[in-house]
Amino acid sequence: MSRAALLVLADGRFPAGGHAHSGGAEAAVKAGRITGAGSLEEFCRGRLHTTGLVSASLAAGAALGLDPVELDGAADARTPSPALRVAARKLGRQLMRAARATWPSPELDALAQEFPKGAHQPVVLGLAARAAGLGAEDAAYCAVYESVSGPASATVRLLSLDPFDATGVLARLTPELDRVARQAVEAARCAVGGGVAALPAASAPLLEIGAEAHAAWAVRLFAS
Amino acid sequence: MAGAVGVAGVRAVARIGARPDGRGGTALPTLESQGPLAVRRTRASGSEAKVMLVGAMSGPLGGDHFTVTADVADGASLHVGSAAATIALPGQAKGEARYDVRLSVGEDGELRWLPEQLISANGSELYLTTRVALAPGARLTLREEQVLGRANEEPGRLTSRLTVLLDGRPLLDQELSSGPGAPGGWDGPAVLAGHRALGQLLVVRPEFARQPVEPRLLGPYAALTPLAGPGALVTALAPDALHLRRTLDEALRSLG
Repeated sequence: MSRAALLVLADGRFPAGGHAHSGGAEAAVKAGRITGAGSLEEFCRGRLHTTGLVSASLAAGAALGLDPVELDGAADARTPSPALRVAARKLGRQLMRAARATWPSPELDALAQEFPKGAHQPVVLGLAARAAGLGAEDAAYCAVYESVSGPASATVRLLSLDPFDATGVLARLTPELDRVARQAVEAARCAVGGGVAALPAASAPLLEIGAEAHAAWAVRLFAS
Repeated sequence: MAGAVGVAGVRAVARIGARPDGRGGTALPTLESQGPLAVRRTRASGSEAKVMLVGAMSGPLGGDHFTVTADVADGASLHVGSAAATIALPGQAKGEARYDVRLSVGEDGELRWLPEQLISANGSELYLTTRVALAPGARLTLREEQVLGRANEEPGRLTSRLTVLLDGRPLLDQELSSGPGAPGGWDGPAVLAGHRALGQLLVVRPEFARQPVEPRLLGPYAALTPLAGPGALVTALAPDALHLRRTLDEALRSLG
C-alpha cells in the first residue's frame, strides 16, 4: 500500500468535481445560519457527525468489499432529499471517471456498468480507495474530511471569509474527524458480518430541507 | 398483568395483531397489554380497526425497556393512536431507557401509526427504535414527533432511529440524536438550529412507484420529498408541538 496514494485521492485538486458543491453551505449562508467562522464550525461539526459519519461508513464498507449495490441502496434509504441523491450520484459519476483513469480496476468497471448515471459518491470513493491499494480507514478519512472541507472552502467564497479562518475551523475539528473515521470503520466492520443495516443512519434535517430549498433557486453559485 | 420490575427498570411488551374478519372489516385476534403499556380497542370505522395506546405517558423512565409490536396481516387495515403524549423521564435506575416499536404490514394491508408526541424531559435518556417491515403492496402512514424538553427546560438525551424495509430492502433509514451528550453540532446550523420540535411523516403507497410525489417546501423548515421507492416523507422542524402538528397535518391532507 502506498501512503502517498491517499494524498492523491484526498487532494482537493483530484479531478472529481467536488469543488462545484458546497455541502449545504450555500443554503445555510442564504438562510443566515452560517455568518462567520463560529457558525461555520458548528455547521461542519453537525455535518461531520451525521452525513460525514454515514458517508465514511459507506466508503469504509465498500473498501472492505461489501456489495456496492447493497451499499448504494443503503445510501438511498439514508438520503430522503432527492436533490441530495442527485448530487451524490453526480459526484459519484465524476469520481468514477477520475478513479477509473487513475487506478483501473474491474470492480470500478463493474460498478460503472451497474450505475450508468452514477452510484452514490461514498460507495465509489470506497471502491476507488480499494483500487488504489488503500484500506477502509483511508476511505473513511477521505469521506470525513470531504464532509467538512467542502462547506469550509465554499464559505470562503460565499461570505468572503478569511481562508485562514476557514482552515482554522478544519484544524480545530481534526480530533473529531479522527473519532468519526474510527467509528465509521468499526461500523463497516460490523456490517461485514451483520449486513449493511448495521451501518449508521445519522441524519441532519436542516441539510435535507436546505438542499430542497437550494435546488429550487433559479441562480446559485454551487450545484448543491 | 404487571410488567417485570427490577433494579434495571420496568420491562413491558404490548402486542397488537390485526387480520381481515372475513366480512370486509378487520379483527384484532391479538391485543396484549403489560404493565404500564396498555392497548385498547376503540370504535372501528369501515374496514379499519382502531387501537389506542394508553398509559405509556408515565414513562419510560431510565432503565425501562418498553416494546410495542403491531402486525397487520395481508389485507387488514389498522389505525393506532395514543391517548396522550409519551414523556421520557429520568428514573432511579441507572442507564438509558429503551422503547422499541416493531411494525409489520402484509400485502394489501394498511397501517396508520399516528401516536401523540414523544417529549424528552430534562435529565431523561431514551433510545427509541422503530422498525417497519412492509410487504409489497402494503400501505403505511407513520407519524413520529419529538419535543425536546417540556416548557422552558433543557431537553433530555434522545436518540431515535426509524428503519423501514419494503420487501426486505431498505426504503428509509434515519437516526437523530439530540440533547446533552449527543454528537456535536446537533443543535447547530446543519441539524436543528435551535428548533425544539421535530417530526417525520412517512406515507408509503404502491401507486407512488408509478407516480412519485413532487418534492416541495412546506415553509422554511419543512419539506415533502419522494423517497427512492414508493414513499413520501415530510421532514419538519418547528418551534413547538402545535406548529409541528399543523405542518404534518397539512402535508397529509395534501397527499389526499
